[in-house]
Amino acid sequence: MKRFIVYTLEIIILFVIQSATFHYFRLADVMPNLLLILVVSTAHMRGRMTGMIMGFVTGILVDLMFASYIIGLYALLFLVIGYLAGFTNKVYSNDDYTLPIILIGIGDLVYGFFYYIFEFLLRGRLNFLFYFRRLIIPEVIYTIAVSVLLYKLLHMINNRLERKTEEEVQN
Amino acid sequence: MRRRTKLNINPKHVLIALVIFCIGLIIFSFRYGEKLSPVKNAVGIVVTPMQTGINYVGSLLADWTDNFRSISELLEENERLKEQVDVLSYQNKLLLQDKYELDGLRELYELDQKYLDYPKVAARVISKDPNNWYNVFQIDKGSRDGIKVNMNVLAGSGLAGIITEVHYNYSVVRSIIDDNSSVSGMFLKTSDTCMVKGDLQLMDDNKIRVEMISKDAAINDGDEIVTSHISPNFLQGILIGYVSDVTLDASTMTKSAYLTPVVDFKRLEEVLIITELKEPLID
Repeated sequence: MKRFIVYTLEIIILFVIQSATFHYFRLADVMPNLLLILVVSTAHMRGRMTGMIMGFVTGILVDLMFASYIIGLYALLFLVIGYLAGFTNKVYSNDDYTLPIILIGIGDLVYGFFYYIFEFLLRGRLNFLFYFRRLIIPEVIYTIAVSVLLYKLLHMINNRLERKTEEEVQN
Repeated sequence: MRRRTKLNINPKHVLIALVIFCIGLIIFSFRYGEKLSPVKNAVGIVVTPMQTGINYVGSLLADWTDNFRSISELLEENERLKEQVDVLSYQNKLLLQDKYELDGLRELYELDQKYLDYPKVAARVISKDPNNWYNVFQIDKGSRDGIKVNMNVLAGSGLAGIITEVHYNYSVVRSIIDDNSSVSGMFLKTSDTCMVKGDLQLMDDNKIRVEMISKDAAINDGDEIVTSHISPNFLQGILIGYVSDVTLDASTMTKSAYLTPVVDFKRLEEVLIITELKEPLID
């Protein structure tokens, strides 16, 4: 139950920060994708099921606030990314900070690529290289940079929750 | 001792169920988009106040970092601005005289002051699309302030966008530089019409594409483009920007050009909404 509340708070706080504040801190005109960091790192730490549901809830929230025509696209993207990232839970190690960051980078790359296909390629914008160079790559780099800090924070929260659960079991 | 009973569901099955649900939702929203509006409204009512608060903190931080600009730079700027004030106030006097003359002539010709006195309401930009691909933003006025879909949004002296969605306490604005946007424009000088289309590839240069200009339109770089009389949604005569790089299309039937908008979309904080809608065509 506590876990559920913490996750909900994480989603809402990151969502609000992402949509309201981060355009003050844009570099090269892109914003880091905080929600993706959250989904991928949670999936990596907790496994497929949590990652998937987290991704779904986050995506639905973004859809409801921002998508004007099609609802469900973000949810689908985040859902699949969360699920796939959950597979890496098998190689999760408590003090490995490199692998999750690489995973987040790959996740953002996949996200950007599919986003381009759904929203731009289908409208006949064929210049993939431009979008790749101008939007996807800077976003990935910025996201990775932010994730170095954010992953540590999320990892700390997760460890604390884990410890609580263990204590409960022992009592 | 109580261990949480582990529900034994294969994640694969949940994945399939959720994917089907998402696809269903996409199809449903594509088909009957407006039915989901109440849900969006509810989410907005919860999240918007939080965004407003955070946004306030964000702009404070941004202001604070701006303060680090060196004092000498500011003094220099002050000097220059003072000079400019002198020049401008002189020019202003001349212009005022011209205006009085113009007013007199207008009355003589019984011209309407067509677009000078649209009723306007001010709003604050509270958040941007959390995505780098679009230029859609939200403002803190909604249906309770009398905002309606398709109202025109101005910033400073030019057109910024159009309202695409209205909720109880916020609305969504699509800016004219958005990839999906297209506005019917007109050259102020020659009354040639054209289409002003946002393009993501040109956003870096702070430009928009202008298409469908008649091939014998006598236009030059720097000419003003305003919203045209034939646009279904935009009120007539709002300044959009200045044209540059006019080229003849490959088809040799039309010309294209680039347009620099008068609105600075990178630093958009406050906007004005014209609370008058263009009269719809009714059979």
